[in-house]
Amino acid sequence: MTIERFISQAVSSWMSAEGPNSDIVLSSRIRLARNLHDYKFPTVFTVEEAKDIVTNMAESLKYDERVSSLELLIMEELRPLDKRVLVEKHLISPMLAENSNYGAVFLSKDEDISVMVNEEDHIRIQCLTPGLQLKEALEKASGLDDTIESHIRYAFDEQNGYLTSCPTNVGTGMRASVMMHLPALIITQQMNRIIPAINQLGLVVRGIYGEGSEALGNIFQISNQITLGKSEEDIVNDLLGIVYQIIAQERSAREALVKTSNIQLEDKVYRSFGVLTNSRIIESKEAAQCLSDVRLGIDLGYISNISKTILNELMILTQPGFLQRYAGGPLRPNERDVRRATLIRERIKMENQNKEEN
Amino acid sequence: MICQECNERPATLHFTKIINGEKTEVHLCEHCAQEKSEVFIIEGDPGFSINNLLAGLLNIDSGFQKTKENSFPKHEILQCDVCHMTYQQFVNVGRFGCSHCYETFKDRIKPIFKRLHSGNIVHQGKIPKRVGGSLHLKKEIKELKTQLQTLIINEEFEKAAEVRDRIRSLELQLDSKRGESS
Repeated sequence: MTIERFISQAVSSWMSAEGPNSDIVLSSRIRLARNLHDYKFPTVFTVEEAKDIVTNMAESLKYDERVSSLELLIMEELRPLDKRVLVEKHLISPMLAENSNYGAVFLSKDEDISVMVNEEDHIRIQCLTPGLQLKEALEKASGLDDTIESHIRYAFDEQNGYLTSCPTNVGTGMRASVMMHLPALIITQQMNRIIPAINQLGLVVRGIYGEGSEALGNIFQISNQITLGKSEEDIVNDLLGIVYQIIAQERSAREALVKTSNIQLEDKVYRSFGVLTNSRIIESKEAAQCLSDVRLGIDLGYISNISKTILNELMILTQPGFLQRYAGGPLRPNERDVRRATLIRERIKMENQNKEEN
Repeated sequence: MICQECNERPATLHFTKIINGEKTEVHLCEHCAQEKSEVFIIEGDPGFSINNLLAGLLNIDSGFQKTKENSFPKHEILQCDVCHMTYQQFVNVGRFGCSHCYETFKDRIKPIFKRLHSGNIVHQGKIPKRVGGSLHLKKEIKELKTQLQTLIINEEFEKAAEVRDRIRSLELQLDSKRGESS
């Protein structure tokens, strides 16, 4: 029964709140990688050790008020489609879903906290916040880290900091990332110049689903690359410094677009709105692009009868896992395109009806 | 040829998969290939990841250290006592087997860390309370010493004296902790 709660709705409750700078920043995330002192890392540990770690974690979290409400889900007990939905909601990584040895996840009711067990490292604490709230996310993650650490001894040494499975995470074990919607920087072709500049500053830019994925719907994830030799606060401040600059650039690009080609922009927004509300077949890439255009239209005030949250919801609902979950079974790609179009049309219609009733 | 996924559109992409020596021909139309890649190529994809790239980096490194390696007897293999991972295995997978590997491969990984973390090799961040022990004190003393330098440069001697006293008291605490643990 418990899994139902996490997969029945597309938008996690933390997502429906609007955070600071939420016209451009969708969400902020802090991830801390930790390992237990006495166990081999997941690359080489035995199934017994893996099970032992999950039991250990469950046992030590049980008595702590702050974390006793976290729900434990064991990967091997979940259906593949349910795991896929959790991936699409960014609550677990694809690696945990598909390649973990006795992997598990502890989830908070609001889905703003997820603690993955036996992914690449024994423990991966993840805290999510709406809008640009990296410091708040860090505070929350660090507090949870302290709680876990009061029960479990971490692998740590003075020189290298937190000892992680992969040398790219050693030190703080922290990955701070910000999900940004940057349509104007794409339209004005500035992103091609910005990405290499960001990379040179020790940060990484990726598409919405992380490593190896492309920027679907003009959404980019910017995160720190370096984890050793800098404190958590410095890493977050450096990242924030860059993010504020990108926000300023995106805003001025939006202003410039409105000034120079208002009618073309309005046309683009409404065409996309037309596609979303009328198409009968739509591929995921086109859906993501149209949703991005409409979101921009809402931010610029062209469209007012539709909320931003519905777009967050549709970005997730139109992923293959969710579509198949709603259909109640596997769908072929062309069937998915039809379902996707129907779902988007119905969802927008529902939104309009709600607005009229209010 | 028709796409094997949708059985409708003509297949335009043809490739051969070899898994455990078994060859499979795959024929897909562009549409299905895209949908497929959307399903399979996402974060942490085991096919090609940061660890593959890392393995390349680590391999280059062992090449550079050849002369040093030759000074050891040839049959000697660097291996972790705890998880039994060899350096070569570490190079291949790009991941450590356990926390003891850090100690075992210490000399070899330093230049790699330097390269991965922009020249940094010493942790500056959070220290866990349980393991930390005297590390917290050491960190605070270090920070206060930097603060002291700034105060002296700015000629704020009164504040500097306060900070100096605080450093002394922390150093005493540190000494007594050392006494306890020895």
